[in-house]
Amino acid sequence: MKFRAKIIDVGCLNHFTRVVNTVSRLTKACVLRLTCDHLYFVLSGRVATGGVSMWCELSQVNFFDEFQLEGVSADANEIFLEVAPENFSRALKTAQNAKSVKIKLTKKTCPCLTLAAELPSLSSVSRVVTHDIPVDVIPRRLWHDFREPQMPDFDVSIYLPPLKTMKSVVDRMKNLSNYLVLEANLNGEMNLKIETDLVSVTTHFKELGNPPWGDDGSQSSSPTHRDPDLMAEARVDIKKLQQFLMGQQVNPSKAMCNIVHRRILHLIFLHEDVSLQYFIPAVV
Amino acid sequence: MDCVATGGNVKVLAKAIHSLSRIGEELYLEPVEDGLALRSVNSSRSAFACFLLSPLFFQRFQTPSDQSFRCKMPIKSVQAVFKSLASLDRSVEKCRIQLNSEKSRLTITLHCKHGLLKTHNLSFQDCESLQAVFDKDSCANVLQAQPRLMVDTVLHFPPSLEEVNLSVSSDRVWLRNHVEDDADSSRAMMTELCLSAEEFDHFAVSTQTSITFCLKELRGLLVFAESSGLPISMYFDEPGSPVILNVTDSVLEGNFVLATLSEESHPKNHVNSNTKCPDTEQPPDDFMSDDMDSFLIAMETSELPGPSHVPTSPPRLSNRKDNRKHSFSEEEQEEEALTEGPPNKKFCSLFFGSVLPTPSHMPNQTMQSQEVLASDSEDENEPQTS
Repeated sequence: MKFRAKIIDVGCLNHFTRVVNTVSRLTKACVLRLTCDHLYFVLSGRVATGGVSMWCELSQVNFFDEFQLEGVSADANEIFLEVAPENFSRALKTAQNAKSVKIKLTKKTCPCLTLAAELPSLSSVSRVVTHDIPVDVIPRRLWHDFREPQMPDFDVSIYLPPLKTMKSVVDRMKNLSNYLVLEANLNGEMNLKIETDLVSVTTHFKELGNPPWGDDGSQSSSPTHRDPDLMAEARVDIKKLQQFLMGQQVNPSKAMCNIVHRRILHLIFLHEDVSLQYFIPAVV
Repeated sequence: MDCVATGGNVKVLAKAIHSLSRIGEELYLEPVEDGLALRSVNSSRSAFACFLLSPLFFQRFQTPSDQSFRCKMPIKSVQAVFKSLASLDRSVEKCRIQLNSEKSRLTITLHCKHGLLKTHNLSFQDCESLQAVFDKDSCANVLQAQPRLMVDTVLHFPPSLEEVNLSVSSDRVWLRNHVEDDADSSRAMMTELCLSAEEFDHFAVSTQTSITFCLKELRGLLVFAESSGLPISMYFDEPGSPVILNVTDSVLEGNFVLATLSEESHPKNHVNSNTKCPDTEQPPDDFMSDDMDSFLIAMETSELPGPSHVPTSPPRLSNRKDNRKHSFSEEEQEEEALTEGPPNKKFCSLFFGSVLPTPSHMPNQTMQSQEVLASDSEDENEPQTS
């Protein structure tokens, strides 16, 4: 099992760092899945995480100048590692002006992802900073826990309002209630609602637009049959939504959410070479 | 005692005090023949710092002729006088430090613009002279660098990092985070920075060595050096001997003396470093061999439900704070032993000079004639009684 990769472009390095920073704000531990073409940061929904799950997919070729992978075996040419993204973040933080950053799977006292950055220096010899990030290799028999999530049969799919606005609304609502209801319909309307004994607050968004999933989308009812004004809603833990919005360092080119009525909130952020999906289960 | 500092030197004085505050809770103030000595020491006596401001630093420098005055006071109260560095710059023209012996107060007066006077009367405690024994000139290794280099280096380590390991060879310097030798540490993230000797203004290494000391206490000096632009010199020897960091210019000298871990333990990162050293010389792609495949096979065939670690050395108790031994020598030679069993490591405390400087004593920072006494020869098995 071998892995070795190299980034030499500063822009790619910065972009990669922002993605890792985003992931590190969403979870303390996640699985890094490496294949020949992609990297995935995966968090599988568990009681411990409150059922939240995450799938972040990067196309390797857009970041790395060199990328060599030898997986567990020829027919399973992948590597699954459990890692603390915060360590990754820390290691990348001071390497932002590096001439090159190499990442390699190594074994020190335990398996590590070793990140070595060649930094500019005052002399002819570069400074080299090396970080050994401890990881756990996940055995093949557990890989099924970290499969790509199925797109749920959603009831409504809608583009999100500008993230900044949404974030500030959610931030204020968090002071009033622990739970927030996000509802939307196929008319491009979305409401964020909180309700307590003393107060209820609703923020209305209009003309957001609905992504055209088309025939291959897995919608429970095609657009023509669903009443466009009918709201699908999900009541979620407001902290989880806030955490997701807060962590965003990459401004997505597309941000949307799919709602499975009273079941799941599925948030999708797309960028040219990165996609991030976040699933928040609904609570009663 | 009556000292007056003017202009930019007021800010320098303030910065010196702020950097001393990173070491200990109390500021020891003592006018000596060579100038005004400001000192501080940490509670475990493993870090000591001293700024000696020469008479030329001051516009006026008047000290009691018998040189019998010395005092200490909580450093926070002195810091409060010099609170905002920016406003010191803008508005303070002069700073006067006077001893008011009738009222037993140290009066610090800031003469500001527009005739404004801010007077602070600080109470102090009499104390004995605080002097750590160290001799820079007898150290085998000397490095000197611009503060920017040190600051940039330290940036790679988290602000919370306590201890750092410095290793030198004939042409390289490695800085690593030091990790405690216990079960948890095998999972800690290790960071190592390698610098070439060429980056240093002066690089004199006569013995390849590796020392571990507390980085936190040093940060105060780094801030001072960076703002003053003075190069930092580092003097050190073998593990156990203190490391001395020094900034000097024509009117002041700052010395930060830190104890280093003695040789007893063999930190894991030593093992890494020895195998890593050749690697940094070789073509960069050639990392050390990783036996991932056999590790994986071993793991797959095990009965454990999930990933298992390579077994590490048995966990050892190490309460760092207790492991630092104390050795006071103010009034009495008091020695405290460790609380827990045979220690697996200890920071050798600094040896402090004896009490009252006799008239024949040169009241200097470094007692040239005295050898550096770095390791204590106390009985480690003595149970702690305090």
